[in-house]
Amino acid sequence: MAQSNNSIKKILTVAFALCIVCSIIVSTAAVALRSKQEFNQELDRKTNILNVAQLYEPGMDVNETFESTITPRVVNLETGEYSEEHDPATYNAFEARRDPASGRTLSGEKDIAGLSRQELYSTVYLVGDPNDPEQIILPIRGQGLWGLMRGFLSVEGDGNTIVGITYYEHSETPGLGAEVNNPRWQAQWEGKEIYDEEGELQPAISLVKGGASGETEVDALSGATLTSKGVTNMLHFWLSPQGFGEYLARFREGTNANVAEGTDAELESEGA
Amino acid sequence: MSAANAKSVLTTPIFKNNPIALQILGICSALAVTTSMSVSLVMTLAVIFVTAFSNLFVSLIRHHIPSSIRIIVQMTIIASLVIVVDQILKAYAYEMSKQLSVFVGLIITNCIVMGRAEGFAMTNTPGMSFLDGVGNGLGYGFILMTVGFFRELLGAGSVFGFTVLQPVQDGGWYVPNGLLLLPPSAFFIIGLIIWVLRSVNPEQVEENEFQMKPNTQPKEAV
Repeated sequence: MAQSNNSIKKILTVAFALCIVCSIIVSTAAVALRSKQEFNQELDRKTNILNVAQLYEPGMDVNETFESTITPRVVNLETGEYSEEHDPATYNAFEARRDPASGRTLSGEKDIAGLSRQELYSTVYLVGDPNDPEQIILPIRGQGLWGLMRGFLSVEGDGNTIVGITYYEHSETPGLGAEVNNPRWQAQWEGKEIYDEEGELQPAISLVKGGASGETEVDALSGATLTSKGVTNMLHFWLSPQGFGEYLARFREGTNANVAEGTDAELESEGA
Repeated sequence: MSAANAKSVLTTPIFKNNPIALQILGICSALAVTTSMSVSLVMTLAVIFVTAFSNLFVSLIRHHIPSSIRIIVQMTIIASLVIVVDQILKAYAYEMSKQLSVFVGLIITNCIVMGRAEGFAMTNTPGMSFLDGVGNGLGYGFILMTVGFFRELLGAGSVFGFTVLQPVQDGGWYVPNGLLLLPPSAFFIIGLIIWVLRSVNPEQVEENEFQMKPNTQPKEAV
């Protein structure tokens, strides 16, 4: 060898060359595979949405079914109105919560779901006719035992009856808290009611130990008290006026008056 | 280790010099990813790929690596390979990459990869180093698959996701052992595998490094 391996010049040359070569390899892989990865994430999200609406069957064309049955809309959480400012196709509520302009800080008693920051606008997914949806799919998230749990809750067009719940991201204990995704546990949510009284804005739906009775109680997960508590808290948060309470109230009022006329055009003029 | 032949380089790490069972390296990921066999298999393939190619590349440039920065050079090569593997999994095996989550990234810190790069690839030819990487990956995979088999079978009643023992919650008779789904159970199984391997190959048993002294009497201590 012409020069010693340990001369400063050699060390710098080797380090520099290695960094260049490795960064080229890594960035090539990242760029070449990006579209494929985004496609997968998108497909996974759509599969979860169809799943919670109980429309998913293995082997179906997820993209096509999603396009033909589901309409995303962005909702202003404070007023419960649809927002035209944000494009539902590109708006990302989870990212928006960080921006001071589109999110707010939660603390103390207001933050029962352990979120610390919440977005002001959120995306909902409407199944069927967007003016008179069969189901409304709401994104929910909150702290479980080990970390943030993210999922979807599907509610019938009356704004009160639950169709299903599913979590697409969580880190709960396998066999205990992770049973939130057990189909047998999820099945008991169907037909449960969120609010126990007409006009009440605070949700009543809760996970209870030792046998659920009544329309607003669901069996807690055995051996996973803290996960169950997390699920109850996040539902109480997202279904109260802090979350989708105001939005769902419009559907609940709609059921009393006239379902067919509860179009979103009317909802918007009401708010204006 | 210098004049090893290809076959022994490839096969010794599986039973005779197993990285997990004899050298007790890479235990952390072996606890984390062995709840099901399909996840173990993907992790095994990822580790084989990374050890083999990191060994190959380290060996190719071994005459040019300054000894003062050799660890960071090896780490850079390993980290780049791991990121590539992670990207490929995210693109082509999305479900799997969600289950493996952070543990693919943690292959970077897996002592087996680093140990082989430093211990073998720095002093051997590229071809041999590549085989050594494959061999050690296979040794790691052998333990992973065995642990995964017992944990999935006894913890969830299935093998590769196919139900073998019908669990009670799906209307069968088998009561799954929840402990086996938790990381500590892998310690027990790895311990049992080490016991079996050392009973078969008694030369693997280490000599006692320390001899316990009899209890000291109070008057001797003073």
